[in-house]
Amino acid sequence: MTADGALRFAPRLTLLLMAGPVIAGLAGTLRPAFEADGMARLLDWPGLPRAAALSLGTGIASTVLSLAIALGLVAALQGGRLFTLILRLLSPLLAVPHAAAALGLAFLLAPSGWIARALSPWATGWTQPPDLLILNDPAGLALTAGLVLKEVPFLLLILIAALPQADAPRRLMLMASLGYGRVAGWMLAVLPAVWPQMRPAVYAVLAYSMTAVDMAIVLGPALPPTLSAQLVLWMTSPDLSIHPVAAAGALVQLGLVLAALALLRCAETGLARLGCRLALTGRRRVWADRWLGPLAAGGGLLVVLVMAGGMAGLALWSFAGPWVFPDALPERLGLDAWARAAPGLGPAALETLLLAALSAALATGLVLACLEAETRFGLKPGGGALWLLWLPLIMPQVAFLPGLAELGLRSGVEGSTWAVAAAHLVFVLPYVFLSLAAPWRAWDPRFAVAGAALGATPGRIFWRLRLPMLLRAILTAAAVGFAVSVGQYLPTLLIGGGRVTTLTTEAVALSSGGNRRIIGTYAMLQLALPLFAFALALALPAALFRNRAGMRPGA
Amino acid sequence: MSGLVLDRLEVRAKGKLIVALDAVVKPGEVLTIMGPSGSGKSTALAAIIGTLGPDFDLSGRLTLNGRDLTGLPTRARGVGLLFQDDVLFPHLSVGGNLAFALPAALRGRKARRAAVGAALAKAGLAGFADRDPATLSGGERARVALMRTLLAEPGALLLDEPFSRLDADMRGRIRTFVLDLIRAERIPAVLVTHQPEDARAAGGRILDPLGRPVSPAA
Repeated sequence: MTADGALRFAPRLTLLLMAGPVIAGLAGTLRPAFEADGMARLLDWPGLPRAAALSLGTGIASTVLSLAIALGLVAALQGGRLFTLILRLLSPLLAVPHAAAALGLAFLLAPSGWIARALSPWATGWTQPPDLLILNDPAGLALTAGLVLKEVPFLLLILIAALPQADAPRRLMLMASLGYGRVAGWMLAVLPAVWPQMRPAVYAVLAYSMTAVDMAIVLGPALPPTLSAQLVLWMTSPDLSIHPVAAAGALVQLGLVLAALALLRCAETGLARLGCRLALTGRRRVWADRWLGPLAAGGGLLVVLVMAGGMAGLALWSFAGPWVFPDALPERLGLDAWARAAPGLGPAALETLLLAALSAALATGLVLACLEAETRFGLKPGGGALWLLWLPLIMPQVAFLPGLAELGLRSGVEGSTWAVAAAHLVFVLPYVFLSLAAPWRAWDPRFAVAGAALGATPGRIFWRLRLPMLLRAILTAAAVGFAVSVGQYLPTLLIGGGRVTTLTTEAVALSSGGNRRIIGTYAMLQLALPLFAFALALALPAALFRNRAGMRPGA
Repeated sequence: MSGLVLDRLEVRAKGKLIVALDAVVKPGEVLTIMGPSGSGKSTALAAIIGTLGPDFDLSGRLTLNGRDLTGLPTRARGVGLLFQDDVLFPHLSVGGNLAFALPAALRGRKARRAAVGAALAKAGLAGFADRDPATLSGGERARVALMRTLLAEPGALLLDEPFSRLDADMRGRIRTFVLDLIRAERIPAVLVTHQPEDARAAGGRILDPLGRPVSPAA
């Protein structure tokens, strides 16, 4: 019964591993904020208003835009062929790490990027890259665009996962039979049922967008940068006297995020009231279908197009020989950049792989133990547990990672692969749980009853029935965790103390240097690792169960 | 006492009586519990197999050949179950499904394969061991499901509308096959159904979930 006892403890252990570092790190970061007049010196910094405004502006703008595109796509098009196409194109984009997406967008938008080359010189007259601040623009437009690219696929998949519990088809049919337009019917009758389930995800998107560091370094403005990007500059500065200022800044950043979340909460209430009032007017608003459908489809396709273009650009640069402006294509292709990058690329790729494999395997094991405990002991996770699960994704990373790094430094584990893997675990666990919980709970319980009626112990039911039958879902969840770990920038940078170099930290560090060929190689590998994990997660069950028609997707 | 004894077995939900059964099912006999859907048939079934949820209160006793089953988990009851659908495990071959049910006490790959082969032959499915269950016809799947249940050597059998998903001409044949096996192996069985035709064919007593006799013509 010791195994049973350990299993019973699994949910608490998992929550501790997730929430513990967040809370301990938060305390560790904010304590120095009140020492050495950090706050006073922060308030003296002339860049503060602008940095704070950038954080708020890019965060809110990108969240509203992504949400509008995702909701518009589902409301106007779901069930149609165009929607299926867009969804099929958008889903794999979820595996693209933030840094790679940002670099891809940068390669498109830069004055010497693909878009300018495609239009030059015939349309623009440029024979040299123009001196324009398109990238790293002071208003943060490029950063906002980059955030939208990453958040649309995420919100769309969260939305689709929440739909089955909203009884959408019947509600839509009812609204249509009452004469409502598709979009109006969806917004008035389906959204209220879907929203509570996607609320934590929207909060996470808002908090993340306000504080993303890797994307802000690549795409965001420089003087001043967004608040979080500036904080990281201070935190990693060898000048220790600036650290209290960084801590005070983290406190301000946390306050900004909490204020934005409160604002979102108010907007939710206001929009809900407005929706009720609109519903009572009884106006059918069929006209909304005419322009919202094409608009949302256009937004979705633009995201796909820009991402695909960015990734293609990264790939092309990594193999490019001489490529002068304004040629649209390089003169010839070659492996020069790869050969030159190889000495750094190899170890960084290996470290990335190791960290991702470690954290994904640990997270998958813990999540399986949690779910099995839930099933075996009939535990029902409360609403509090759900919010704890989202805590690491909603809490700004710059607010708790520095404190955690400090803790790691004092206990001597800073800079070790294990410490970084443990930090990755904090962010990997929620994603693995979210992707595995639904298929786990959807598993037909009669299989377990059939097994038990045949005399099988709970352990045998787990290992011989549940695990193999859910293998595809389990491996997919592990691949999601793997991709999340590959994309981690700040935890690797801060907990690794600069001594753990991954493809992501290296790609972001190289981004300011401007050697596009070398950046291309790092970004390509950063992209290839998650894709490889997802391919494996699909291929392995398909090969193992190739003679089992009942095990195919959708069977 | 040999057989399955439902000794004033009662289930209540929020104080309301849903199931009240007091009966002895002798080896080879089939007790039928009949009623429209929502009448407590599946609750009666859950009480006998041991999967009642926490919202239900159970009183009375359930014994099998003198052994008290009342508080035991499903796997320790020795009560086999045939579902409305066959619930074959999709990731295992037909032979794998049967071997899953075979007691672990039977050792050796050869002996286990032989036992599986013999069971398949008995069901008219000789040579089906390596087949994918998804490629079988409804009638074949029903027979595999029954053989899987019997290979676990159950002391009693529960049949949860096991014929309702089969088409009309298959239905009679599978029913005869199942009922003949129950009589030949002398297993006490409980059939849960809403079909008077199945109840008549079972040939035993017919009760509703509250223990009142039902006429199969109804």
